[in-house]
Amino acid sequence: MNHTDKTPVVARRRDNNMAESNNQSAETKLSEVQKRIKAAFETFDNAANNTVDVREIGTIIYSLGCFPSQADLHDFIAEVEEDHSGYIHLDSFLPAMTKVLLEHKFPPIPKDLLLQAFEVLDKDNKGYLEPEELTKYMTQEGEPFTQEEMDEMLTALADHERNVVYYKDLISQLAIDPDM
Amino acid sequence: MGCGMGKSELQLKKCDRGAPFIKMIRNALFLYYNTLTSVSFMSFSGSISAPGNFNLFYHIFLLKLELQSECENTLNRCLFTFAISTKMSSTLFTSSAIRAALLIQRWYRQYVARLEMRRRCTWNIFQSIEYAGEQDQIKLYNFFGFLMDHFTPASSERNLISHIFRENEICRDIEWERYFCYKSIEVPESYTGPHLTFPMTFCGVSKLVEAFKHKQQLHARYVLQILGETWRLLRILPNINYVSVCHNQEITICGDLHGHLEDLLLIFYKNGLPSSEKPYVFNGDFVDRGKNSLEILLILFGFLLVYPNDVHLNRGNHEDHIVNLRYGFTKEVLGKYRVHGKKILKLLQKIFSWLPLATVIDHKVLIVHGGISDMTDLNVIERVDRHRYVSALRPTKMSQQVVNGSKSQNSRNGEAGGPVEGRRRVYSLTHHSPASAQRHNPPRRSLHNLPISNQLSWSLEDELKRRRRLAGFDQSYGEMNKSESDSDSEPAGTETDEQEWKQIVDLLWSDPMPQNGCIPNEVRGGGCYWGPDITEEVLERHNLQLLIRSHECKQDGYEFCHNRRVLTIFSASNYYEVGSNRGAYIRMGPDLVPHFIQYQASRTSRELTLTQSVGWTERSALRALREQLFVHKSDLISAFQEFDPNNTGMISLRHWASATETVLNLGLPWRVLRPQLVNSTKYGMVDYQQWIRELSITEPKLEISDTSILETMYKNHSNLETIFRIIDTDHSGSISFEEFRQTWKLLSSHLKTEISDEAIADLAQSIDFNKDGSIDINEFMEAFRLVDLSAHT
Repeated sequence: MNHTDKTPVVARRRDNNMAESNNQSAETKLSEVQKRIKAAFETFDNAANNTVDVREIGTIIYSLGCFPSQADLHDFIAEVEEDHSGYIHLDSFLPAMTKVLLEHKFPPIPKDLLLQAFEVLDKDNKGYLEPEELTKYMTQEGEPFTQEEMDEMLTALADHERNVVYYKDLISQLAIDPDM
Repeated sequence: MGCGMGKSELQLKKCDRGAPFIKMIRNALFLYYNTLTSVSFMSFSGSISAPGNFNLFYHIFLLKLELQSECENTLNRCLFTFAISTKMSSTLFTSSAIRAALLIQRWYRQYVARLEMRRRCTWNIFQSIEYAGEQDQIKLYNFFGFLMDHFTPASSERNLISHIFRENEICRDIEWERYFCYKSIEVPESYTGPHLTFPMTFCGVSKLVEAFKHKQQLHARYVLQILGETWRLLRILPNINYVSVCHNQEITICGDLHGHLEDLLLIFYKNGLPSSEKPYVFNGDFVDRGKNSLEILLILFGFLLVYPNDVHLNRGNHEDHIVNLRYGFTKEVLGKYRVHGKKILKLLQKIFSWLPLATVIDHKVLIVHGGISDMTDLNVIERVDRHRYVSALRPTKMSQQVVNGSKSQNSRNGEAGGPVEGRRRVYSLTHHSPASAQRHNPPRRSLHNLPISNQLSWSLEDELKRRRRLAGFDQSYGEMNKSESDSDSEPAGTETDEQEWKQIVDLLWSDPMPQNGCIPNEVRGGGCYWGPDITEEVLERHNLQLLIRSHECKQDGYEFCHNRRVLTIFSASNYYEVGSNRGAYIRMGPDLVPHFIQYQASRTSRELTLTQSVGWTERSALRALREQLFVHKSDLISAFQEFDPNNTGMISLRHWASATETVLNLGLPWRVLRPQLVNSTKYGMVDYQQWIRELSITEPKLEISDTSILETMYKNHSNLETIFRIIDTDHSGSISFEEFRQTWKLLSSHLKTEISDEAIADLAQSIDFNKDGSIDINEFMEAFRLVDLSAHT
């Protein structure tokens, strides 16, 4: 368990109550984190036997507020998947995921940075992206989308009338995270 | 590199705000790279505004970095700023673009995953509520069964419900034919619906389809005529349809339709109408829930009559008049045909019992509605008298279980006698074989609860005694056991009957599970959960290669499992709510490889985006869930108070989740759902009294002094309606006051709670009685329908 409280012994004796409540809150924090992880895990545990299909792990990690890359996900899965059964057990997932959350391993992308990223792609500084432009980048660069992912992205993000992606508005709209 | 790095990170962050980015990059490089390792330089072209620092940039791109993410963000920020504000060379731009793309992809994937999580939660909500409802139905029915078995033939309560257990008379078809005769029914001049001629022709059915598309209603005379012809045809069909696919043909297989006419029309539109060139298999559950169950049946029967060799219907668990009482089909028919509805329902009862149980394609592909169990044997199924099983909810003989040297009251095998747990916690009992079923047969409230024998444990017996006393019966259990025992002349016959019955129930009610084995399906209350090993075993035993089934709603309309040896096909789109799922159908050629066509019927022409559809479905599920919470108000408050001994009015979130699950028993992730159900929490504590108040869905429309009966009413809405409809034997839609009172008595004994005569009288007084002292069931139920006051679209 990570004790974030690093006050020296003397100080601790002095602020006995506060230190105690700090310790308690660290413990509570840990148990809260673990509860969240278990709850997210359970949503995909169809057989109620504490295992989930390995293909759902990404969704679970994302839903806990993390922003790993595909490479990060592969590394994570490699760590927790014991054999190639295609299933991951809560016993391996819980400690690994707890560590990820407590260490803030895959923190969210700052909004301004995201905006900049879009602006980089918007070479002509139009304020929006054409579907073809976005498609080119998303399906050919980085960790490319599948055609299906791309189609879905365009359906979800493109303005219905003009068929372009007004990225500025999107960033604020889609960043709202109600349950975190 | 350790602590020092931490400090300088902070410094960097501060610098980030206003410092020139070049200085930033230089600092970063000094801090994070002690040496510049060998770097391969790429040639580049184009004008750069700050050539002197360009090499530094290149190092950033080409070196392998192990940076902490905050630093990564900083770097990205610098690079993007540079990329945006200068006209870079194509090479550099590409590198920035790659990083930008990575970021956007990461962000978008996270967004989609969050949506998927919400969708999954919503799905679980709907499914839990649906299965809990089915379980409820079966519990109620079993309760009646128990009453039937253990009370005097003369008791009035028994009379109220005995008719639903009456065996299907099979040797008086001639009399039935006379009863169902349509000939006396005149079609008035004013009738604007379709006119049918018999024998049915393709044109006739097409006309019928068109008429239904235009929301016309078929006259009762023609309804009875079609149904009569169908009944006659079905009687000569075998239990299992053996079909073969010709070399230049494809067969179409559809799953559950559940009264969704728009989906059937969509399938016909996309795929074409049934014909000899276009054979179809419809895999059960044509009725209930949707509004056009009868229209679907008439269309399917019409095509069956015209192409009996090319249209195949399998029976589903909803082709069952007892289930229909609860899930809306009975109500639909009575609503559409006020005069002849009862006759139509009775005829349908027979037709359902005569529907075939399975279809086999080319001796290789088995199609059944629910699934299989470890006991499934097609040879047995081929030989049963399927029409004797009018309802799958009860074996035909109300026999006592054969008692062979009964063991003393066993402990209940480690199984909680209390409420069956929700979907997620399936008991892992050992494999059930007929022999062991005798020895340790825990008394579960499910279809597996065959008539209770001596092998009850004491506490359950006490419960039953109390129930009987409450219901006003005072026979002692022991006496009844002896007096009612069936003839023991053919114990073997009885056992065969029950084995047959079990085979049929398994075919219609079972669900697949990922783990090996075969266990009773406690969630639905009937059939089993069967595993991949059972699939292999049964398929191999019968020399089959694929099992196609329906019965479970799937988001994409279809789903493989068990190593692609089991395929679920579900054809009712938007089943839970608009946008909840797609429907699908299968096309299969002689190679027996299934091809899928998916669709989603939509009332609006514009397609919902993923976000919108998730949002819509979610709101609907939450509304349904809030309704469940509302009707369990009292129980919830009691449960909360157990965690709040000092009566502070607050409990922790953890306790809130635990108490709510205990009361509702739906197996849902309450912690995940909490933000959508509880508006505000203070320091992780819930003000539960206020929360319960906020849940208020409705104001009682009528003045009732006893609010607890109101709550019982809301909580058992479906049960109450089911009992009403059972008691209303002539399907007139009304019951007498005395029947009304008896209904409540039955309900209270089923629920094991007291409902006083005063409360019932009070309730009755608040309703307008018709002059003849009877109550209109529909009116009554309408008066107590839950209306969401906080109605939002």
